[in-house]
Amino acid sequence: MGEFKVHRVRFFDYMPTAIRAMAFNAHTERLALGRMDGSVEIFNFADHYFQEKVIPGKDSRSIEALCWVGGRLFSAGLNGEITEYDLENLRPKYSLEAYGGPIWTITSNSQGAHLAIGCEDGTVKLFEVLEESIQFERNLDRQKGRIISLSWHPSGTQIAAGMMDMIRVFDVPTGRAVQRLLVDRGFGGSKSRETVVWSVVFLSDCTIISGDSAGKVQVWDGHTGTLVKTHLVTKWDVLALSVSKDESSVVVGTSEGTVIQFQFIAPTLQQQQDKEWVRTRTFKNHTHDVRALAEIETAIVSGGMDTQLVVRPLLEKFDERSHASALRKIQFPHRNLVFCAKKAGLLLFQFPGQLELWRLGESDGHGKPGDSLPLKRKPEKLLHLKRKGEDHICCSALSSCGGWLAYSTMSSVRLYRLQTDNNDISITKVPKLPKILRSAHQLCFSSDSSKLFAASSQSSVLVIALSQSECKYVHTLKPKSGSRQPIHLMTNSVDGKWLATANSDCEIHVYNVQKLKLHCIVPVYGSCPSAMGIHPTTNNLTMVHADQQIFEYSIVEKQYTDWSRKLQKQGLHNLWLDRDTPVTHVTFNPKNPEQILLHDMHMFCIIDQSLPLPDQKTQFYNQMTLRSLSEQERPSHLHAFKICKTFQDLLSVSLLDDQSLVMVERPLLAITSQLPAPVRQKKFAT
Amino acid sequence: MATLFEGFTLCGLVQTQSASDSAIQGIELDGDSDHAVVTDSTRAVTLYKVSDQKPLGSWTVKQGQLLTCPAVFNFQTNEYVVVSDNKVSADVWRVHSAPGGEPVVLFQRGAVRLLDSLLSAPQQPIEDILSEEEKEVIRWSTNIVAEKQHFVLFTTEQKGEHFLYVQRLNPNTLQKYRLEREDSRAPPLSFSASLRDKHINLLYLYPNGCVYQSVVAVQGPVGLEGVQALPRSLRLRLPVGEGELGAASAVALDEAHVAVVGMPHPSARTGKDFLCIWNTNFQTLQADKEMVGRICGQVGILRIVWCYLGKLFVPHGKALSVIPYECQKSSLASALGKLRHPGIAVSKSSVAIPSWNTLLHGDQPQGPTKIVDSRKSVLTVVHLQPFQTGPVEEVRREVEALVSRGDAQDLQLSVGRLACQLVARSQVETAFYAPGALARLVKTQCLCHSMCPDLLLLALEHKDYFLCQLCLQLFPDIPEVVTCACLKTFIGNEVLQTPYSDNLLVPHLKDLNAPQVILFLQYLQFIYLKYSQDVYTQTPVLRSPTMTQIIDWVCLLLDAHFTVLVMAPDAKGLLSNLQSFVKSQVKLFSELGKIEGSLQELHKMKPSKDISQYSIEVIELF
Repeated sequence: MGEFKVHRVRFFDYMPTAIRAMAFNAHTERLALGRMDGSVEIFNFADHYFQEKVIPGKDSRSIEALCWVGGRLFSAGLNGEITEYDLENLRPKYSLEAYGGPIWTITSNSQGAHLAIGCEDGTVKLFEVLEESIQFERNLDRQKGRIISLSWHPSGTQIAAGMMDMIRVFDVPTGRAVQRLLVDRGFGGSKSRETVVWSVVFLSDCTIISGDSAGKVQVWDGHTGTLVKTHLVTKWDVLALSVSKDESSVVVGTSEGTVIQFQFIAPTLQQQQDKEWVRTRTFKNHTHDVRALAEIETAIVSGGMDTQLVVRPLLEKFDERSHASALRKIQFPHRNLVFCAKKAGLLLFQFPGQLELWRLGESDGHGKPGDSLPLKRKPEKLLHLKRKGEDHICCSALSSCGGWLAYSTMSSVRLYRLQTDNNDISITKVPKLPKILRSAHQLCFSSDSSKLFAASSQSSVLVIALSQSECKYVHTLKPKSGSRQPIHLMTNSVDGKWLATANSDCEIHVYNVQKLKLHCIVPVYGSCPSAMGIHPTTNNLTMVHADQQIFEYSIVEKQYTDWSRKLQKQGLHNLWLDRDTPVTHVTFNPKNPEQILLHDMHMFCIIDQSLPLPDQKTQFYNQMTLRSLSEQERPSHLHAFKICKTFQDLLSVSLLDDQSLVMVERPLLAITSQLPAPVRQKKFAT
Repeated sequence: MATLFEGFTLCGLVQTQSASDSAIQGIELDGDSDHAVVTDSTRAVTLYKVSDQKPLGSWTVKQGQLLTCPAVFNFQTNEYVVVSDNKVSADVWRVHSAPGGEPVVLFQRGAVRLLDSLLSAPQQPIEDILSEEEKEVIRWSTNIVAEKQHFVLFTTEQKGEHFLYVQRLNPNTLQKYRLEREDSRAPPLSFSASLRDKHINLLYLYPNGCVYQSVVAVQGPVGLEGVQALPRSLRLRLPVGEGELGAASAVALDEAHVAVVGMPHPSARTGKDFLCIWNTNFQTLQADKEMVGRICGQVGILRIVWCYLGKLFVPHGKALSVIPYECQKSSLASALGKLRHPGIAVSKSSVAIPSWNTLLHGDQPQGPTKIVDSRKSVLTVVHLQPFQTGPVEEVRREVEALVSRGDAQDLQLSVGRLACQLVARSQVETAFYAPGALARLVKTQCLCHSMCPDLLLLALEHKDYFLCQLCLQLFPDIPEVVTCACLKTFIGNEVLQTPYSDNLLVPHLKDLNAPQVILFLQYLQFIYLKYSQDVYTQTPVLRSPTMTQIIDWVCLLLDAHFTVLVMAPDAKGLLSNLQSFVKSQVKLFSELGKIEGSLQELHKMKPSKDISQYSIEVIELF
């Protein structure tokens, strides 16, 4: 196959923020995740945990809790506001001041008619959920001390509220506090400190389970207000609780990074009737506070300070081991944060608060495979562009010539002209953008840099013509399907003729940019596309989906290519299908039209379409074997998937016009090293 | 102990024209442990079922052709491989094969190829490793398959110098070592290589009877340029009688035992060839067997003994004999941790302990460090007359004279014989006791307890503590019962340092009475406390026991006398003291264990590759 010169880039200081809250919608199988920076991510658990939507954060917004009501998502935070999200336009729909000071928690009753929030001022406020908004209804009896956690009884007639040193049970119709459960303080030095009841759950049988800052999980009888059992599970805080749908299991998350499961079982085989809450399993998949938890049908989902989302399948729910029963850690976003100007050798890094533009280095001469080449010129940071306003950057783009740069927040789009001569760079903001261009879900430049495409609401695309003197709105490309979902992928062809878009409805539209009209719709496949690209010479569209399937569609002929049919007929290798991170980038080698380059977090792959496809018996990861074979023996062992795992924690792979590869790595260790110290560090030999 | 069992003849041998030529080129194993592939010196290969002494098959090459290297079995393809008339694409020296590895071909000019790759491209160019002009020729070769590594070892001779080449395969690296030259400039007679503890042990025998061992690490430094000197250590000095060995061969059986053929028996007349097993730890002859007919070897270095799976194959006279053997670890050797290792027990002692030594020896630094220097030689011809009748003083003078004459090869025999005679005389003539002479003999370090078992008992009987001390210091093989006997008479460092094995010692320890035990324990506790307190004051004192030895003895004593001690009121204070002290020590050591764990963890951490923020690298995809 050949040698490649690789720019191994590790200077992108991408740093995800901590996970603060999560809510799982069992009906739609969507997990909503709230991070410290106020951003919200939606994962589709029915489609390989694909991160299908990201609502960017905002400086003033904070999320303490998330809650689904039907398909609607609400959050509340310490800024004292309740926010409902517009999941189609990926922005808050409205925010409502609750007038109770910082809000610690929000939860809905099982009927979906009311929301309850817990406020700093000691009130529990009830909001009625209306068609298009919510409306304040009343306060429950005001208490002394903040309301930290809330849980509705499934009947909707009672609410348990976790406070400082106690739990209150309210009768919802009257608003009266009917029970007061006193929570003990910790031992020793912590005796003087108030115990914070971080989390409560209220079960159908009126059992209340609480988790507190003294490290206790306590089981209470809600009828009598008596303590049934105390489990001391940690020296630190018990932060989060989640109950399974059938109420047979509760998981708790602690500051030590452990998740502990309690199950409602009979302690002996003889007395099956006398069930009690028994501590059963401990999982340690986090290094820091577990702040958010959800027990779903077959797994425990957890997240916290260490920024990763962990899906820990419950093995007893699986009949056989498969990749569905494997532990999954979601560490990187399922979308691009790195953009590469292939002609100019520039890299654009997208952070929530700024953009960085880098020029790659240069090396002297050549080397053998495995060598590091001496650097003639070091990489250089050309630009550090801070965003304006409170809204975080949601997307950005760099033209392949390196002459244009654009980014969008929820409230505005900015376009810049870049001029580099030798070592100087000048940046000019393009002053008057068309009014219609207010915000974009995705941005991309045409390969000749004459057009800017901006993905707008309802899967439409704005076409903007760029020239030295002006920037003009040309047209809005609209899908025929009438989908209201946002576009999450957009790519165009090198010849400037085609533009392809993909939205969260899994629809892929191909537009003829010259004629400014819809050309075709690729047959809808059940899994969301995670990456796609248009071939520079054949104009075939290659799509990789969240379920790891690969399709190749001829735009000209409006049908799948023969290679794609062959691939589907034979099926992909199991080892390919078992990978647990989605492909996030598809690109091509103009010098060698048979090569498709793709990558996920853990590998980089070149698919050579001229070679036979591997069947299930073929050794799939065969690069080491091939290396050890002689030239003569090699051809008989070759297959189409050439996978390189030398580079890990990959955020981006691109191929420059000079045929060198750019691999942007962000070692997880580097992320970990920037986290604050965990409460309990594992010592060697202890 | 090692044993040679009754052997049997596997096959007769064709007499070759030259008496010095061996009729056997090689004996190899195949996939079946009971098979042997015997290649004779000319044209035939025969496969034998060894236990049945029965040939299973035979191959010959055409008249006019010659087999030029022993047939080997390819364990991967289950085929036999021979080379006729040297030729593939260059002259072949040997084909080597071992279970777990591909066969490799070693060319006469030093190049090495995997058989498979050679057969797939037979006409490939073969480079010269050895220099043609300098007349460097291969003398011996073998291959070794370590866990994941495959080695070809060969030795060469060039202008009287000998070299060892270690060729690692996959990745291929070649390392050249220069063998130290023996004073006599004679070439080594035989080589044998074995793999132990991730090290290749090379054992080689010189005509003067010296058996040397050199160690090459499997994961040794790769890519060292040039020729390295190969350090060696003397494992065994064989008595060769007059003159030098002609054709002889030594092969390592395990870490302590070496089989040697082609040398005279130390106590038999010359002219007969013996197969002997020597223990290299104790320098003792463990088993021997006379080989009828000459054991002959080709000119130069050659194997005349093969050792596979507990059997020795020796061609001698008109037959190829198979002699099963067994090497058991002796009880002494099994107490390896408690064995006196020069350099461990001696050099690590650190604390001044009031002991018999200072009383007996003054502060002279003496002891096992002088082993090599004091190994003087005496004439093998000894005039026995004065020893049998002369007075003590004359005996002492004669012994002194005998020992200080340093011109003969070996002391061991004469000294042993002499000591036995003196002891026997003392036992008969109660008036006769020659402590000076005996001490001198013991100090030659050519004696051991087994050679003269009555010596120590005699010394005990005469309350000659000086001699007892010496024996305890210098004998590696004192039986546990004697150790205990010494213990009853006096307590010393020396007793604690004597090698023993637990199981054998405990019953004898039970013979001690309670006051003796308490006294002994008190003594042990005293030196142990002394040790623990003065760890940092490193006063070097010879012959003090190590910490481990003290603890071992405390354990043994407690094991043997626990019930007695519990009952004895005088022991109460001692025991509770001991317990509280041990408790504090356990705590200390558990903390040390933690530190060790962390340090080990640090050590284990991979030397992290220099992770730079940016690099330009070259990769290759296939």
